[in-house]
Amino acid sequence: MTGMSISELEEMARKCRIEICKMTHRAQAGHPGGSLSEIDILCALYGHRLRARSDDPDWDDRDRFILSKGHASPGMYAVLAEMGFISHADLESYRVKGGVCQGHVDMKWCPGVDFSAGSLGMGLSYGMGCSIAANIDGSKRNAYVMVGDGEIQEGSIWEAAMAAAHHELGNLKLFIDCNGIQNDDFCEAQMRMFDIPAKWNAFGWAVKVIDGHNMSEIVSAIDWMDTVTDKPAVVIGMTVKGKGVSFMENNPAFHGAAPSDEQLAIALSELGVNA
Amino acid sequence: MAATRDGYGEALLALADNPKVVVLEADLGKSTKSLHFRKAHPERTVSCGIGEQNMLLVGAGLASSGYIPFASTFAIFTERAFEQMRNGIARPNLPVHLCGSHGGTHTGTDGSSAQSIEDLAIYRTLPNVVVMHPCDDVSTKELTMQLPGLGKPSYMRTARNKTPVLYEGKESQIKIGKGITLIEGNDVAIIACGVLVHEAMEAAKALQSEGISATVVDMHTIKPLDTELLDSLSQKCGAIVTAEDHSIIGGLGGAVAEHIVTKHPVPMEKIGVHDRFGESAGSEEMLEMMGLKSHHISDAVKKVIARKA
Ligand SMILES: Cc1ncc(C[n+]2csc(CCOP(=O)(O)OP(=O)(O)O)c2C)c(N)n1
Ligand SMILES: [Mg+2]
Repeated sequence: MTGMSISELEEMARKCRIEICKMTHRAQAGHPGGSLSEIDILCALYGHRLRARSDDPDWDDRDRFILSKGHASPGMYAVLAEMGFISHADLESYRVKGGVCQGHVDMKWCPGVDFSAGSLGMGLSYGMGCSIAANIDGSKRNAYVMVGDGEIQEGSIWEAAMAAAHHELGNLKLFIDCNGIQNDDFCEAQMRMFDIPAKWNAFGWAVKVIDGHNMSEIVSAIDWMDTVTDKPAVVIGMTVKGKGVSFMENNPAFHGAAPSDEQLAIALSELGVNA
Repeated sequence: MAATRDGYGEALLALADNPKVVVLEADLGKSTKSLHFRKAHPERTVSCGIGEQNMLLVGAGLASSGYIPFASTFAIFTERAFEQMRNGIARPNLPVHLCGSHGGTHTGTDGSSAQSIEDLAIYRTLPNVVVMHPCDDVSTKELTMQLPGLGKPSYMRTARNKTPVLYEGKESQIKIGKGITLIEGNDVAIIACGVLVHEAMEAAKALQSEGISATVVDMHTIKPLDTELLDSLSQKCGAIVTAEDHSIIGGLGGAVAEHIVTKHPVPMEKIGVHDRFGESAGSEEMLEMMGLKSHHISDAVKKVIARKA
């Protein structure tokens, strides 16, 4: 728990957005949209709550954070650099041969990464395992998982949802990055999910819906998660894919496309970088 | 240069005249290239969301009702539905056609999670399932066009990145289950599939200048394997090198080895991924790192020739 203030967290998120744009631009590949939508929640989690040690990333009793939507790795790498798990220079290794910043987050390559992702729908089950291990250990540590809204179309997510409630895993905490877009198109066109909060409610979870870009709301929601101890808790963040870069916002084309030189310049100036 | 996945997309569009052809997607139609069919025939395209297991069994139900479903996603994500493929499709022998795009390490910077190096091996173990991995867009299109006539399930791997076009105007040479001899030679037979067909041809050209004459075969169908061709090559050349962007365990190399030991055993070397996962790097860097470039094939050829009696 580093106890950063709201304005400090907002500034951290702005810096991370800059890195996300730079990383995907440098690689001319990767996933800026879902990195920009998740980043406020990630900054709040790491800067306000997560118990982890950048100088001892393998510390046994750390809280776990599992980025199940592992394609949104630039967001996580930017946060890990801000928190000191990796250096800012490491960010230049994104998608580069031999780099710690592999295309999808990978626990064998990058300090601070708790799960090797890339296949959607796997992280919640893994988080459940981490939660059960903490309980058997008698530890107070939590497992936090982040999934995408497209990702929750995977059947295994609902196997985990049912099982985590059955086992009353009060130490399992989920964030859903509800940005309304998946790979090919808007979720509404690909697979309508109807009432997402009602579904999690019906599966036995404690549910809270928030504005996933309002830092005070996010911080309160993370504190609220700590008050839920008898069942798993989910915070559904209503977000905008590509948030913070005008031409990426709510634009399915920037799910998996990098900005060009000109687009990077626009993005950086919108994010307050002076030329 | 063109990508095999583009050949797949073109074929689906061309097959649309058959009203029984339906397309199934799992949120990767833009990448596997089924999107062209979706745009032209939304009424015969089923979006399954990000749900590969569901997609395959929806395909089985459609096939049992007389439709010819073409389902696609990345090669790696088809694997999540392996049991659905086995028990729901292969066992009842329902003609569902599964395409796994972005196969192999050549897929590049996405990293190891996306680089399927085992798809050919696992699908090859399933009775009734035809397994293919073409090397260019023309043969991909042609093989896909033949699938409605197959009457059994299939798995085809396509690749993400562009490769040279080999079969422009030579479509009539391409038949499911028949290997294609691209270069004739007597000292060794290089049997390749997919991206490595091009590396094999480069190797054969380089070997020529060193006085080694190599046959190169595009073995686009891994199952059923063209055993007739293999038997004649093992007798004629007396040595075999297989080459694939896939694990050396169980894929083309495995299939060829399993066959030749039972018929005309000859020395053999396998070019493929040596029982390890990939990582993030460019496609050419990956081929180099995994030992899949033409110079690796040339080295294997020299090694295998040295082992000839
Ligand atoms: C099992 C699986 N199927 C398909 C994919 C390919 N894929 C990568 S990202 C993506 C869309 C994800 O959408 P969402 O979960 O909403 O993520 P976000 O919008 O936050 O980027 C897809 C289909 C995958 N990685 N894993
Ligand atoms: Mg989304």
